[in-house]
Amino acid sequence: MKKLSARRRHPLAALVVLLFALATTGGLYAAFAPAGTAQADTSQSLQIEQGKKLFAVGCSSCHALSGEGTSIGPSLVGVGSASVDFQVGTGRMPAQQPGAQIPAKKVIYTQDEINELAAYVASLGAGPSIPTSEQYAAGDVAKGGELFRTNCAECHNFAGSGGALSEGKYAPSLDGVSAKHLYEAMLTGPQSMPSFPDSTLSQQNKQDIIAYVQHTTDPAKNPSYGGLTLGALGPVTEGLFGWIFALGALIGIAIWIAARTPKAKKS
Amino acid sequence: MTSQDNMSEEHLPEAHGAHGGELAVHGDAFADPGLPPHEHRRTDIDERAAARAERQVAMWFLLSMVATIGFIASYVIFKPGPELGNTVYIFPIGHISKLNFSLGMTLGVSLFAIGAGAVHWARTLMSDEEHIAERHPIEASPEVREQVFADFRQGAKESGFGRRKLIRTTMIGAMAMVPLSAVVLFRDLGPLPEKKLDTTEWAKGKRLVNMNTNEPMKAADITVGSLTFAKPEGVEESDENFQEVIAKAAVMLVRMQPADIKDQASAGWGYEGVLCYSKICTHVGCPISLYEQQTHHVLCPCHQSTFDLSDGGRVIFGPAGHPLPQLQISVNSDGYLEALGDFSKPVGPGFWERS
Repeated sequence: MKKLSARRRHPLAALVVLLFALATTGGLYAAFAPAGTAQADTSQSLQIEQGKKLFAVGCSSCHALSGEGTSIGPSLVGVGSASVDFQVGTGRMPAQQPGAQIPAKKVIYTQDEINELAAYVASLGAGPSIPTSEQYAAGDVAKGGELFRTNCAECHNFAGSGGALSEGKYAPSLDGVSAKHLYEAMLTGPQSMPSFPDSTLSQQNKQDIIAYVQHTTDPAKNPSYGGLTLGALGPVTEGLFGWIFALGALIGIAIWIAARTPKAKKS
Repeated sequence: MTSQDNMSEEHLPEAHGAHGGELAVHGDAFADPGLPPHEHRRTDIDERAAARAERQVAMWFLLSMVATIGFIASYVIFKPGPELGNTVYIFPIGHISKLNFSLGMTLGVSLFAIGAGAVHWARTLMSDEEHIAERHPIEASPEVREQVFADFRQGAKESGFGRRKLIRTTMIGAMAMVPLSAVVLFRDLGPLPEKKLDTTEWAKGKRLVNMNTNEPMKAADITVGSLTFAKPEGVEESDENFQEVIAKAAVMLVRMQPADIKDQASAGWGYEGVLCYSKICTHVGCPISLYEQQTHHVLCPCHQSTFDLSDGGRVIFGPAGHPLPQLQISVNSDGYLEALGDFSKPVGPGFWERS
């Protein structure tokens, strides 16, 4: 105890105390917060009823009580269940805070709850519905690559590792995104992304693109032969690495070469 | 010339040598302190240390030899290709081809070891005594210079270059004209551009064909918030000149709520909110289609030029000098989207004859 009290004036003491307090509060909250559970019912109207309740709790502060939208959240009339499944299923919704872009984060609803929410939003107006597993089955990788480079690569990069857009927006990496969410994103066009409806990018086209993305982001199927991809983001990260680490190492070696050699001690 | 002579007299290091290395000149705070006394390294005075350094240098060179043998061995042992078993996970690098990794590492080590051995050799065993090499004047002696000038004048006089003006003038003329033949050959670099930069493959009545499905499109196919790429009817990817044609004719189709379109002239060039814009940036011609459907902005990945498609393709950020050209479209009697003519302005970056 004496040791602890002797260190209380250490410059980092305040930081340690703060971190400890934050971790304790957060940990207690996580332990005692009520876990959201709701029994799903297969009945359509019950599902909508359940979804409406979930919506009122989790979504209505931005999207208004009946989904007509407010100044901070768009109207959800006609967005369809596919959109809800994508936004909530990837953790983007409910949003933590407004901003240039709502990032993907930990999913807080169960799939049953997401289905209820989706059923409720779909009941507000007709829109694309959640695809079935046959719809998003993987197609032809080669054709998918062609379509990916035409339609997707400009924002998501040829390796699917994403890239920057304007004013803080960005195209996210496609690594690890499930086939269903890829399909829903193409179908509904979440946030800044334009949509690619079946009328211009057919279901078969979408399946080919899914096959390509899954192939190209899988290190087992598409290993990086050179290693050290630096995110496959291209010249920016490669240049940064080269300038800082490679050039730094060369300068260090140059200094070592020119350094004075140790002299024998005068005796 | 004379000032240089003075310089060499007064400021060359040998001037200090005249004082016999005396440093404590009264009142001269900036006197050359000369070299510090040479100190021996351990390897200079201790024969065993020198032998150890020699062994260390030899070890580096031996390591290089081993690495080179390793390079040859890796080339023989590991196979290229994506098959399972040809890759390995190495901690900070990730999944990597065994062949690439071993070839790179062994070659890197063998080259580095040669360099490290040479540097170690120079630092421990080669003499590290500092020597001063005195500078000397670059100029030749006055007698030699006199002789060269005399020879030159005599040669010029004997050739009659100054006297026979006809020969002199025609010779200069002939030599001046020779490079013209090289200039004329530049014409063979390619055909003249003529008006090719002003026009594209789009023409009145050509339907817009979807790049994904290769089918003509109806207005209803283009939903609000979607992005579609189109090519002119009759242009096929198998065409020999496809790249040349599509490099100018590539377009993107977007649809927005008619109320969101700020520029009414631009809205009139579309069809019920379906707008068709060139895909070629007007800055240096990069293909652009980073379309943000919420803001209707298109961003160019090369230099961040940003265009507002809801406002006639106006440049809102970046170095582009012209708005993005819009293609005037409508629907034909069968309901398919068609062009009402070519672009009214040349697509892509500015060029000198552009009006």
